[in-house]
Amino acid sequence: MNEFIFGKLTLAALPHEWFTIGGTIFMTGMVITVGVLMTYFKRWKWLWNEWLTSTDPKKIGIMYIIVAGLMLVRGGMDAGMIWLQQSIAVGQSHGYLSAQHFQEVFTAHGVIMVFFVTMGFLFGFLNYIVPLQIGARDLASPFLNTLGFWLYVAGAILINLFFVIGGEFAATGWLAIAPLSGTEFSPGVGVDYWIWSLQISGIGTTLGGINFIMTILKMRAPGMSLMKMPIFTWASLCSMGLVVTVFPLLTATIALLNLDRLLNMNFFTTGNGGNAMMYTNLIWMWGHPEVYILMIPALGIYSEVVATFSRKKLFGYTTAVVSLLGIGGVALLVWLHHFFTMGAGSNVNAFFGISTMIIAIPTGAQFINWVLTMRKGRIRFATPMLWFLGFAATFTVGGMAGILLSIPPVDFQLHNSLFLVAHFHTMVVGGALFGIIAGFIYWFPKIFGFKLNERIGKYAFWFWFIGFFVSFLPLYILGLMGATRRLDHYEASTGWQPLFIMSLVGFILLSIGTALIIVQIAVSWWQKKKTQDTTGDPWDGRTLEWSTSSPPPHYNFACLPVVHSRDAFWEIKQQRKQKVQTAVQGKEYEEFHMPNNTALGIYISGLALLLGFAMIWHIFWLAIVCSIGIVFFVIRRTFDEKTEHLVKVAVTQP
Amino acid sequence: MKHTKMTHNAEAADEKVFLGFWIYLMTDLLMFAVLFAVYAVLRNNTAGGITIAEIFNGPFVLTETMILLTGSFICGLAHLIAEKGNKRKTLVLLAATAVLGIIFLGMELYEFHHLISEGHSFTQSAFLSAYFSLVGFHGLHIVAGTIWILVLMAYVFRNGLTPGNIRKTKLVGIFWHFLDIVWIFIFTIVYLFGGVL
Repeated sequence: MNEFIFGKLTLAALPHEWFTIGGTIFMTGMVITVGVLMTYFKRWKWLWNEWLTSTDPKKIGIMYIIVAGLMLVRGGMDAGMIWLQQSIAVGQSHGYLSAQHFQEVFTAHGVIMVFFVTMGFLFGFLNYIVPLQIGARDLASPFLNTLGFWLYVAGAILINLFFVIGGEFAATGWLAIAPLSGTEFSPGVGVDYWIWSLQISGIGTTLGGINFIMTILKMRAPGMSLMKMPIFTWASLCSMGLVVTVFPLLTATIALLNLDRLLNMNFFTTGNGGNAMMYTNLIWMWGHPEVYILMIPALGIYSEVVATFSRKKLFGYTTAVVSLLGIGGVALLVWLHHFFTMGAGSNVNAFFGISTMIIAIPTGAQFINWVLTMRKGRIRFATPMLWFLGFAATFTVGGMAGILLSIPPVDFQLHNSLFLVAHFHTMVVGGALFGIIAGFIYWFPKIFGFKLNERIGKYAFWFWFIGFFVSFLPLYILGLMGATRRLDHYEASTGWQPLFIMSLVGFILLSIGTALIIVQIAVSWWQKKKTQDTTGDPWDGRTLEWSTSSPPPHYNFACLPVVHSRDAFWEIKQQRKQKVQTAVQGKEYEEFHMPNNTALGIYISGLALLLGFAMIWHIFWLAIVCSIGIVFFVIRRTFDEKTEHLVKVAVTQP
Repeated sequence: MKHTKMTHNAEAADEKVFLGFWIYLMTDLLMFAVLFAVYAVLRNNTAGGITIAEIFNGPFVLTETMILLTGSFICGLAHLIAEKGNKRKTLVLLAATAVLGIIFLGMELYEFHHLISEGHSFTQSAFLSAYFSLVGFHGLHIVAGTIWILVLMAYVFRNGLTPGNIRKTKLVGIFWHFLDIVWIFIFTIVYLFGGVL
């Protein structure tokens, strides 16, 4: 009977080790503090009505960024734990983490950084900026957008829930490679937490991808043809195209792994004809494009930043668009370079090696775009520009390392070494994360109405930039010396320890940099009266998002702009200077519809969270109840007829 | 003037919905693609158990196929009739589609039950895992489609053939055709390649 009601869940699942107890106390403490503060300031209703149930992409964007920021701290702590362990677990000393716990930490670090930090920031920017850049008032489907966001939150909650209930996470590496992730070798609930967390948030991502493609293709302002779109919007379109191409593969692959674990099927098992290498292939068919999903919007952000701060239009717009499309296209053809050692034969390896090298061509073209945009430009070294220049340096290092790794014989040597770890961190941190920070500082005044403190921002940048090289250059060297990745202990005779300690010092510099960014936000908030942005155009921008007030009204544009050229807002400004009163902006005010708030996204995601939890612990009655509930709410949504309200001219007219 | 603007807005909304729905169908198709690929890799990994040639029952699968195809045809008719504004006939045709869907599901469940009761469950071999998953995933879609048709009938019954309901009829038709096409591939790749070739 107990087993029917609670499944595998017993009292033993409650926290009983120092890190789970610590995590539980920390998280409940946070929840209680927030709850008390909310009640004290009587903000619950405000929170629910203004934020949680909102369908405004701008508010959803901010919520994405907040959740991603929290997860960044969580993933960063994991990184610190890994570095600390590796600098002290030498010879006699075995460090402060058990091997099992160390494995869980690096798995959680990878999963959180990729799925919940980078993807979260990315969707945050897309939500806020893309509608503004294309001159739209909202997204194609506001409901799918809130649903996607809340599914992402449900996944994020589930991946942290293992601290409180169960106390173990997958110890398999971030991709849960089979057969290690099968029940034979991972009998606990850790892998199930991984499965359901990614399954739920992955479906949210797919919905987001569909929604943004619909928005960008069908809701652009009059006159904005595809080749007049801002480059960040182009990058978003490429990235979302990849999302809808590969996230279904992830969903299907994880579902098959789940079937293996739940129903004893034999897809990736060692016996009964299962084929574990197939899992590696399938997961990397998603996994490699995933990295480009993160990277391509960052390339778009850099293009915007470089053009704005060089006061020139982007050099070679068409080349940039073709490069983005090229990177996205070739990204689908390179997955096998993650496991040249599979033994697929020299021809197969040669194909994938060459296709990997080809990616360097469009990426190089992007660099030429940026360099030639800066040439003869009036460059201002504001913080976003510094982050761009920092990226240009790190990304070149990482790119060269990538070219090395794409050569199969070299890869046979460096496979699974710290050289590889250093390479992909250079790409993802030095590429995607630097872009996210650049975009954050660049668009911050638009989102919150005041600029960030430039001086602290520059300190933060230098700590990050130097800290980055101090922490990752040693890993390149260690990799060449033969240190494999995911080591929880090594012998003193290897002579690796000094380099690992140097790497830890780099992590401390990175942490100071991160703290400085938080200080920067706090100080700027404190002094926001001084740095208030009253014009809506603090950087002398070129694209339509700068033509609105900061922050924009909830309907973005009272009159939809009419676009004649690529840098639409720049053109408007030029014509204003020349006092040409052409019909640049539609003058006619008219009433329009805006979406209503809805809580259904929260309800459905809440049920999805419960469903995931029930399936992890094999509480099948609860899973069935939740599934029925989800179907009910989805049908319920289709019966909602009044999902929009009218905004009258009197409201929008100045 | 006002009227044309309204219809224009409705058309733009329609365009968005159809684009989104097509992209969704493509994502769904990619999930099927994974299952097809997995099936192709594992089809001979029978681990000494039953093979597809032994499962294959020509007339039975052909009947299933014909039922599904007929359903698809009727669903297409339902959309055409709905465009003409005949509510009663639309309801009848939608009901017929749903019934055919349920019959198809019944046959599939019978086949699954038959296999499992003879000891050839999905745990027996990698081939059977792939077989059950691919065919079962299609079956799940039929379940979803059938529920959708029933809900749509409730709509049409309650509100009549509003433009929104006509659009939904068209969407459900696209979905049903999509499932048909996927089934044709299952019929060919799983059953015909396995049983005849």
